[in-house]
Amino acid sequence: MATTKTKAAAEHTCTCDAMAVRPYRIQRVLTETYDTFSVELTPEDPHAGFHFLPGQFNMLYVYGVGEVPISISGDPAKPKTLVHTTRAVGTVTKRMQKLKTGDAVGVRGPYGTAWPVAEGVGKDVVVVCGGIGLAPLRPVIYHLLNNRAQYGKVVLLYGARTPMDILYWKMLEKWRSRFDIEVHITVDRGAGDWMGNVGVVTNLIPKAPFDPVNTVAMVCGPEIMMRFTALALAKRGVQDEQIYVSMERNMKCGIGLCGHCQMGPLFVCKDGPVFRLDLIKPLFTKREI
Amino acid sequence: MENLERIITDHPFVKGLPPEHIRLIVGCAANVVCKEGEFLFREGEPADKFYLIRQGRLMIESHIPHRGAISIQTLGEGDLVGWSWLLPPYRFHFDARICETTRLIGFDGKCLREKFDKDPVLGYEIMKKFASVMADCLDATRLQMLEVYGDH
Amino acid sequence: MEKTYQPRVIERDNLQALFDALSKSGHQLLGPTVRNNAVVLDEIGTVEDLPIGVVDQQDGGNYRLTDAGAPTCFGHVVGPQSWKKYFHLPKVTLWTATRDGKSFAVEESAEHGQKRALIGVRACDLAALDIHDKVLTAGPYEDSIYRRMRQNVFVVAVNCTRAGGTCFCSSMGTGPKAASGYDLVLTELVGNGRHIFIAEPGSKAGAKLLEQLPTQSCSGDDLATATAAIDRVTGQMGRELNTDGLKDRMYKVVEHPHWEEIAARCLTCGNCTLVCPTCFCTTVEDWTSLGGATAERVRRWDSCFTVDFSYIHGGSIRPSAAARYRQWMMHKLASWQDQFGMSGCVGCGRCITWCPVGIDITAEAATFAGKTQIARVEA
Repeated sequence: MATTKTKAAAEHTCTCDAMAVRPYRIQRVLTETYDTFSVELTPEDPHAGFHFLPGQFNMLYVYGVGEVPISISGDPAKPKTLVHTTRAVGTVTKRMQKLKTGDAVGVRGPYGTAWPVAEGVGKDVVVVCGGIGLAPLRPVIYHLLNNRAQYGKVVLLYGARTPMDILYWKMLEKWRSRFDIEVHITVDRGAGDWMGNVGVVTNLIPKAPFDPVNTVAMVCGPEIMMRFTALALAKRGVQDEQIYVSMERNMKCGIGLCGHCQMGPLFVCKDGPVFRLDLIKPLFTKREI
Repeated sequence: MENLERIITDHPFVKGLPPEHIRLIVGCAANVVCKEGEFLFREGEPADKFYLIRQGRLMIESHIPHRGAISIQTLGEGDLVGWSWLLPPYRFHFDARICETTRLIGFDGKCLREKFDKDPVLGYEIMKKFASVMADCLDATRLQMLEVYGDH
Repeated sequence: MEKTYQPRVIERDNLQALFDALSKSGHQLLGPTVRNNAVVLDEIGTVEDLPIGVVDQQDGGNYRLTDAGAPTCFGHVVGPQSWKKYFHLPKVTLWTATRDGKSFAVEESAEHGQKRALIGVRACDLAALDIHDKVLTAGPYEDSIYRRMRQNVFVVAVNCTRAGGTCFCSSMGTGPKAASGYDLVLTELVGNGRHIFIAEPGSKAGAKLLEQLPTQSCSGDDLATATAAIDRVTGQMGRELNTDGLKDRMYKVVEHPHWEEIAARCLTCGNCTLVCPTCFCTTVEDWTSLGGATAERVRRWDSCFTVDFSYIHGGSIRPSAAARYRQWMMHKLASWQDQFGMSGCVGCGRCITWCPVGIDITAEAATFAGKTQIARVEA
């Protein structure tokens, strides 16, 4: 009996892939804003696809430099191209930004939990993001639009620091011109010829067109922004059980073995990064947890 | 007048207020229309009114020499503008620049204050609504102040 | 079906035969030995390599070897090292990559365990190995290097007949008697002119080995003496820890100001995490050869006491010493239970002994026990 169990368990574990990186080729590197960029990757084997769930992340390795966790930002229905968007802030991402078409990037993944796109079926879906937090939620928007008939209202509320920090500008314009998705954008600080909203992203919530009792909310951004968003959603009558957030912690392995991403009893890499709010709420406001 | 009463009743700010209270404040209300580029009020002006936005959009701004107009917050349909009428010295602290043709309901502050003095229950109810809007605004301002999107 | 094995008696003079038999069957012998005034774990060849006639006096921040007054082989308890160093390697190359044009080819580590025999594993350390098995191989992803290192291991456990000054295994339910996870378990008895080991197999391999050794049958008296000796140890623990409702009690004090009081003493040196037999956190380092032709990823032990441990862009999640000590202690006594369904502490006492300032997890747990609520003074 014990043997059978061990065997079954062994079949579910990924002994090799878990630690070793697989080289992917860079198709192109896109400049998104002054400090963010996207890399589009394809597997060395052109027939292989990369299947993932919206919200999952990969560990990306730059040869000889190091490895970082980055959420997947592409269309889950287009597995041929693997897209990651990140800010160039650390040694690895700064180096990654300088890579050229044809260069290799090591990939491990996909890891982590997904946004609850299935739970949103038949309901309104509100996507609230701040800053680079739009990147992990873009696969959700793709999914919702790919399966538009399954959902009620689809609302994207996006806050950035300044107009210059707005990610996926062209795509947002395209989405805004559609009639089946409500896109509201705001910036903390207006600048230049910005004619749009000024104010924090939580200001958009009171008037956003969704039915609070029949809604799933997906929130991603800096932790403080997610906490304020949760409060604003609660004020609209959205319950914690309907709200999902994506957490960020230090990750070395991405598979629950290195201990770095612990947040109380949770391993953000394997229990998250996407959590239902009520399940992490006791930890959400604890300092230095 | 009946029309104005209906418009006011539909505005989110007065939601939950009993009809007799709405009838009382309608007496202090008037329709206002502003065009793009106009200023609903400017910093330092006597604050004798507050406004409920029915339609349109305006920007709360402050002007800093050498830096020009600094946008602080956009307000639109369903929002309330102005609370300087509540407390002395009754002066506006910011500019309210109209971004597109905006329809508002203006309430005369002096008129309201007199009614509140006579009917403290009405005054308390309206004050609670103001407190809620002001608390939201303070929260948003604090969040804005935190520069949550990074350390550039 | 659980098979019960009969205990046998090994005379002290025949203990070498056990070592020889294990060596002969290709096992590298690893066991306790005295080095630099401490009992460490290393390769041993003969019984004489064991810490003969040595006991360890242990207390908070204090460790001394003294004369046992008898030629015991296992009179000591546990030293600074635990067996994890042989399985959860302090430093290991996960893979190497070789440049291949613009791409690279990755070769995974082939690190694997040779045949090894662990001599003198205590009950607390057996429990710790069991914990690592669960943590590192039972999840959705496994640490394949650890799994391979754990293969081909023959375990000779030793039941403790003496408790150390910082021991509290009986509180944690892990000892002093070895419960499982061994091939052979010895109970050392010295007295009345005899020096013997009661040997009980815990596996078929252990039973088979025991059959090859010069042994005598074990009398009921000897067995009773051994049982009494082990039972006596339960009452001699240098420390104790009340585990009743421990997890919930700890969760209630997450924001207690007492963490700051501990932090005022804590040097955040990470000693406790290094000596702890269950601490498993690691970090990785990426290297390249000077010319860049090859690259490798090296994994090494890490400690949650470093500021960098929780660093994400912009800063550390746990910059304060209080938060880092709390992370460690809460993990051992509370969150580990939610993560793995078991305690993260086995009661070996190493973290107490090897803490340079003598911070005592049992004392701190007791302090918190009296403070289950955060006192808020109403102004």
